[in-house]
Amino acid sequence: MLRNKLMLAAAILSGGAFASPAAAQNEQFIPILSYRTGAYAVNGVPYANGVADYYNLVNERDGGINGVKLLVEECETGYATDKGVECYERLKGKGPTGAAFINPLSTGITFALTEKTTTDKIPIITMGYGRADSKNGAVFAYNFPLLGTYWSAADIAIQHIAKEVGGVDKLKGKKISLLFHDSPYGKEPIPMLQVLAKKHGFEFTPIPVTHPGVEQKSQWLAIRQNRPDYVLVWGWGVMNGTAVKEAAAVAYPREKMIGVWWSGAEPDVTPAGDQATGYKALMLQHGAGKFPVHADIEKHVYAKGKGASEPGKVGEVLYNRGMVNAMLGVEAIRKAQEKFGKKPLTGEQVRWGLENLNLSEARIKEMGFEGMLKPIKISCSDHEGARDGRVQQWDGKGWKIISDWYTANQSDTEPLVNDISAKYAAEKNIQPRDCSKES
Amino acid sequence: MLYREAGQFKTTYAEDMAIFPIRQDRIALGILLGIAFIGVPLLADFDIWPFGSDYLLRAILLPFLILALAAIGVNILVGYCGQISLGSGAFMAIGAYSAYKLGTGVHIPLTWLDFAISIPPLPVLLAILLGGLTAAVVGILFGIPSLRIKGLYLAVATLAAQFFFDWVFLRVSWFTNYAPSGSVNAPTLDFFGLNVGTPIERYMLCLIFVTAFAVLVKNLVRGNLGRQWMAIRDMDIAAELIGIRPLYAKLTAFAVSSFIIGVAGALWAFVYLGSWEPLAFSIDRSLQLLFMVIIGGLGSIMGSFVGAAFILILPILLNLIPTQLGVPLSTETITHLEFIIFGSLICFLLIKEPHGFARLISIGKEKLRLWPFPY
Amino acid sequence: MIALGQFLEVLIGGLMSGVLYSLVALGFVLIFKASGVFNFAQGAMVLLAGLALVRSLDLLVAWGFPVWAAIILGIGFAAVIMAITAWLIERFVIGPLVNQDALTLFMSTIGVTFILEGAAQMIFGSDAYPLRLFPTDAWFLFENLFPGGILVNKLDVWGGFIAGILVAGLAIFFERTKTGRALRAVADDHLAAQSVGIPISWIWFVVWLAAGLVALVAATVWGTKLGVQFSITFLALKALPVLIIGGLTSIPGAIVGGLIVGAGEKIAEVFLGSHIGGGIEYWFAYVLALAVLLVRPQGLFGERIIERI
Repeated sequence: MLRNKLMLAAAILSGGAFASPAAAQNEQFIPILSYRTGAYAVNGVPYANGVADYYNLVNERDGGINGVKLLVEECETGYATDKGVECYERLKGKGPTGAAFINPLSTGITFALTEKTTTDKIPIITMGYGRADSKNGAVFAYNFPLLGTYWSAADIAIQHIAKEVGGVDKLKGKKISLLFHDSPYGKEPIPMLQVLAKKHGFEFTPIPVTHPGVEQKSQWLAIRQNRPDYVLVWGWGVMNGTAVKEAAAVAYPREKMIGVWWSGAEPDVTPAGDQATGYKALMLQHGAGKFPVHADIEKHVYAKGKGASEPGKVGEVLYNRGMVNAMLGVEAIRKAQEKFGKKPLTGEQVRWGLENLNLSEARIKEMGFEGMLKPIKISCSDHEGARDGRVQQWDGKGWKIISDWYTANQSDTEPLVNDISAKYAAEKNIQPRDCSKES
Repeated sequence: MLYREAGQFKTTYAEDMAIFPIRQDRIALGILLGIAFIGVPLLADFDIWPFGSDYLLRAILLPFLILALAAIGVNILVGYCGQISLGSGAFMAIGAYSAYKLGTGVHIPLTWLDFAISIPPLPVLLAILLGGLTAAVVGILFGIPSLRIKGLYLAVATLAAQFFFDWVFLRVSWFTNYAPSGSVNAPTLDFFGLNVGTPIERYMLCLIFVTAFAVLVKNLVRGNLGRQWMAIRDMDIAAELIGIRPLYAKLTAFAVSSFIIGVAGALWAFVYLGSWEPLAFSIDRSLQLLFMVIIGGLGSIMGSFVGAAFILILPILLNLIPTQLGVPLSTETITHLEFIIFGSLICFLLIKEPHGFARLISIGKEKLRLWPFPY
Repeated sequence: MIALGQFLEVLIGGLMSGVLYSLVALGFVLIFKASGVFNFAQGAMVLLAGLALVRSLDLLVAWGFPVWAAIILGIGFAAVIMAITAWLIERFVIGPLVNQDALTLFMSTIGVTFILEGAAQMIFGSDAYPLRLFPTDAWFLFENLFPGGILVNKLDVWGGFIAGILVAGLAIFFERTKTGRALRAVADDHLAAQSVGIPISWIWFVVWLAAGLVALVAATVWGTKLGVQFSITFLALKALPVLIIGGLTSIPGAIVGGLIVGAGEKIAEVFLGSHIGGGIEYWFAYVLALAVLLVRPQGLFGERIIERI
């Protein structure tokens, strides 16, 4: 019995040994926080596969970034905040220079890590999610909500609705409901939508769905009675598919439902089958489908049997999002190498690269992402970089793009961003940087 | 040979009633406390293995200490008083959110009276303790049904508290100071002008809390109150017949337990997470705490620590081992395997020793007494 | 003002979804009745049964079996999986833990939950798999009486129908068959039952198998509703209030409890929730259960607890 105890103690000690940093080499360490199990695995898996495959591609095709190989380690968070924090602590110090950046794929983990990453000087990339006020880089030096925050998403969704009803002035008196995942993630867009409701004169009703969202009958019965003109869906995991099915059951037209870009992937609609036809969702710039970069992945990664995904799922919406996300991180490192030299970089140096990242149309084409992305330019005052989106619709077999590009109105989002981030700065005694002096 | 009490004579009642009557136990405890209070900070200060990075401190020791504290709280209720509770997560949340409110200033406008209750931001230490107190008050409230409902029915009934408070902290934006996302940030940890920021300072802070409460609880359960709880646990009707008031005994157990859980919740939020949402105190947390108590041993303070260590560290180890050994398994498979092995180990332990690690330790002690000549 | 039509619609919808919770709760009751084990793993068993069914279905259809044959074979395969699971649980977990107190047994089933969740997903995959065994669209009744009619989901009707058959079948099984009678004897006092020659481990295997089959039935209905995926395990938490309102030991109680919880939580959510921010149905079900327990501490139909010194 005592031996058991001793073995346990030994095991605990050796657990400490695991944490000691690996030997230094010419490698850049990048952690992947993913969730391939649990309630949200359905959406977490394709995303994590996209991320892993792109890093693999950079290693296999280019031999790393300017000769610096990427060293990747995945850690399972299960979408739980405390597990996410543990993963971050486990991985942040690995590799010769520590983690280049971190990408938690959970708004909850983002909130929990925001302060820690600032102390540890590791940038946190939250592409298309995270805290919307962190767009303000003057306060949130290490947060990068690239390509669009939830407030931009809300703005784009309302722009699209305005276009469908025939003009912004027609929004007056319309009823728009928000069916949201009852968590920080789902609640983020509410203040923005309230601002827009006041501005355009539409009636806005938030309807919460309790985690994980398997039971939505009462919400949809209420919608059936209330007959909103549009229902915005801010769901994740099982909640999306269930929402589509319940909408079909109460005969709410799917054409009047608009999901956020996290509610518009294949796993969200396939469980509902034909009932999902007509359902719309925002696109975080890119959609599903294969582009030149996929050919590279198939040639350099899958042909060598190193692919993470089932080959049939390459090119799905969330797979592509993972890839874009990984690409932006890699490009940030490349940018930082221009300044700091072609060697493994610290998180602080990569932060500089992110803040000065400027991807032109030509560069995007060169990398094979043409058609997925618009140019993106990040600066100290704008950690979002771009706020464009389109709308796609499920036709029963695939996602079809049905709109032109929209750009979120900064005049709508900016006051809210400044207001909330100033509050955070005051709470945390952060002296906002003077962005005019940053190079 | 080493563990003999021969020759240790007790000449006063006080000695006879000591928490650790055997000298070897006292020495072992002294060494343990010495390591915890002096050894760990020293090693960490000089970056000596295994404290080269803060991983061990920040990701293992810190949550371990806080959850051990919460487990002690749960143990009072479940282990000493026999009232099964699945709502511990909610009481952690109550502690965390009320400490947050008190630490950032409370303002309740009573417009119809033309009056507002305003409390300026309190010092963090006070806020944490008052957070525990709030949890204790709510605990008493939710303890009242225990006078009528028993056993597993009570366990499910306590889930009402769990889900209700999950909802309250999500929906009532007053508790989150109207943060748009409903996620809140802990105030700066300022203790009497001392800013607790680095991992080692946070570790020491939690260690002081845990040690203080462990000593307090150990003395509480040896005293009158603890005996009343145990009498209720063993058979409440019999206890009532010999003059123990179930109302008083059960509600004090709920109060003390919720207080400690509340303090642990406040520490979890302030010291470990720093920024949190109600999901951090979900039903999974309640089940995790119950596991710690049962695996560690019902009715044992020592067991709470061992249980917390086991439940917290085992999954992390199971997750780490394959990557460290370079076994080519996907994260997915590793996590599934982790689940399977973790579940199997729990079943195995429950079958081998349903009374948990505490029982194993006492059996170990008995054997050690006779060692090496067990006749 | 609340329109009568809407109220009826919510009431009917609530009663129906309550019956769907009962499908999961029945599994709990069966096991608790026969062995005093509060089986937290019931949700994981629904997941396992659902995954086994849907994955074998997909495979069989891909091999060219006609759909009806694939469904029969798939259900057969899932039933075999549940039988193996039942045997393993009885043999390695519940059997060795005989005579332990309720809390230990409860915790061991949480251990089983971890094992089942890990194993089910490792073997069958952790994606969301669509399952379409029942229609999921809706009827609109009394359209001439109420504007828009009263919506009734076909899947819910199927669920109610199946639950009815299940309860009737279980009642016949418990009352009329030899094994059923032996089960009741074991439930009353397993030591006495053993002494008159009832093979106790066999009986427990039968009970776990029955609970596994109930889980399979629940999986067909809920899988059609949600798609078979991990989140299905959360149903266990929706079934708990149903269970204690009805009483842990009563099969009809599970149905009645389901009706009360379903109607109560839906009415509360639609008519009360909109005033206080919504999302109240999760805790409302538990508060309802708490209220019932305060009046009847053993649930509506549970066996009265008699304590003696």
